Amino acid sequence: MQYRSKYNNPKPNRKLSLWEKLYLPEIARGLLTTIKHLFRPKFTRQYPEERWEAPAAFRGRPVLVMEENGQERCVACGLCSRVCPPLAIEVQASETDLLKERYPVRFEINMIRCIFCGFCEEVCPEEAIVMSKDYELVYRKYDDAIYGKDKLLTPKKDLKDRLEYLREMRNKT
Amino acid sequence: MVVEALIKIVIVLLTVLTAVSYLVLLERWISAWLQDRIGPNRTGPLGLFQPLADVLKLLLKEDIEPSQSEKWIHWLAPVISITVAFSVLAIIPFGSAIILSGKSYSLAIASNVNIGVLYIIALTSVGVYGITLAGWSSGSKYSLLGGLRSSAQMISYELTLGLGLVSVVMLCGTLDLGGIIQSQIAGGWNIIRAPLGFMLFLISSFAETNRQPFDLPEAEPELVGGYHTEYSSMKFALFFLAEYANMITASAVMSVLFLGGWHVPFLNTLGMDPSLLAVLGILAFGLKIFAFIFFFMWVRWSIPRFRYDQLMNLGWKVLLPLGIINIVITALEKTYLLH
Repeated sequence: MQYRSKYNNPKPNRKLSLWEKLYLPEIARGLLTTIKHLFRPKFTRQYPEERWEAPAAFRGRPVLVMEENGQERCVACGLCSRVCPPLAIEVQASETDLLKERYPVRFEINMIRCIFCGFCEEVCPEEAIVMSKDYELVYRKYDDAIYGKDKLLTPKKDLKDRLEYLREMRNKT
Repeated sequence: MVVEALIKIVIVLLTVLTAVSYLVLLERWISAWLQDRIGPNRTGPLGLFQPLADVLKLLLKEDIEPSQSEKWIHWLAPVISITVAFSVLAIIPFGSAIILSGKSYSLAIASNVNIGVLYIIALTSVGVYGITLAGWSSGSKYSLLGGLRSSAQMISYELTLGLGLVSVVMLCGTLDLGGIIQSQIAGGWNIIRAPLGFMLFLISSFAETNRQPFDLPEAEPELVGGYHTEYSSMKFALFFLAEYANMITASAVMSVLFLGGWHVPFLNTLGMDPSLLAVLGILAFGLKIFAFIFFFMWVRWSIPRFRYDQLMNLGWKVLLPLGIINIVITALEKTYLLH
């Protein structure tokens, strides 16, 4: 059977009326349409000056949640590292005197590998790793792209939007 | 005499070259505005240094010569294009004669060329060679197709252009551009006396300058870049300049032939100083040219390109008969209405 769609089997051409056959009136109509756009508001965003504020659902750079006492929530269970499809996360656990008993000595995300899937955030039992709103990622060297704890730790108050959003989504299901 | 001409040439060339580089910016602005964008605004205040950056970039680029090209003609083609584009400007009267310390200075480089209209027609025909030779000498199929299309298109539309001109010549009874303006001052602008002739001339001007919707010689989606596919660096820039210079020339010619050149209606009844009147005339002429150029750009960003057969149909089956009818109409008008 021959494949037919509306694209390779178009309707027979509509007969043009005399007015349309005259060309010029229709061209004038077209020109009128474009000139109207001259006075419309522009869509362009002047990027470095005007930045886009991402909504809470946006999956930007994954970050570690830092509690008010300056400690990370992470208990270094390594689930995020296991679930990460491109193997971008590396966790090295150690013991601590705090209540949670374990903490990551080293927590590194290779941002060149990261695909922003958000699986790490989904799998985390402590809600310790979440996706932030940061989408401006620039590195000059390969080593710069491996984000350690110094770059990943983010105060909890900066992530309020995302944490609330996550809770809301969890309550839904 | 020679010094006077040289000074005029330098002034006109400098003005037109600057205008051309800024037309490129204007085109980008207009295209942006018509598409709800902002357009170039980063290079200097409001993006006004953009042409400078463009020129520098083009000058510093490597000049690549295709191995299969006819070197000499490949070099000659852009030169022909740009020369033709500029030489039409030599006979355009930019304003009425200025009287300085008892001596009258005409504001055309070559004043009183009594076959002005013929000169324009002759030069636009030579313009075809620039593009056709560029297409042929590049040794590339896309260039060749662009060149072929251009020669067919320009020859077809030159007929209509000529027929549009005939009505002007009939009404004014002279081939001299200054005389044509004088006749329009006396008897009303030609756009009113010969509206059909104006339409024909305008449409074929689009074809002659290779602007949208008749830009088949360089149709990017089909022919990569058409006749200038194999050109780079300053040679490409010359074609680019020629396109915009052609636009200025065509606008100037249309202003002279149909919109009374530097004439502003009812201005001389106000009893102003003649030198002020002359300056206003030059400004009015500039404004008319600008209006045409804006129209060229406006059309470019509104109307899609014609198909090749549509182009030929329009040229031969519609515009050419209309041109002949127009001559008859003008003759009747001249015999019965204007006497």
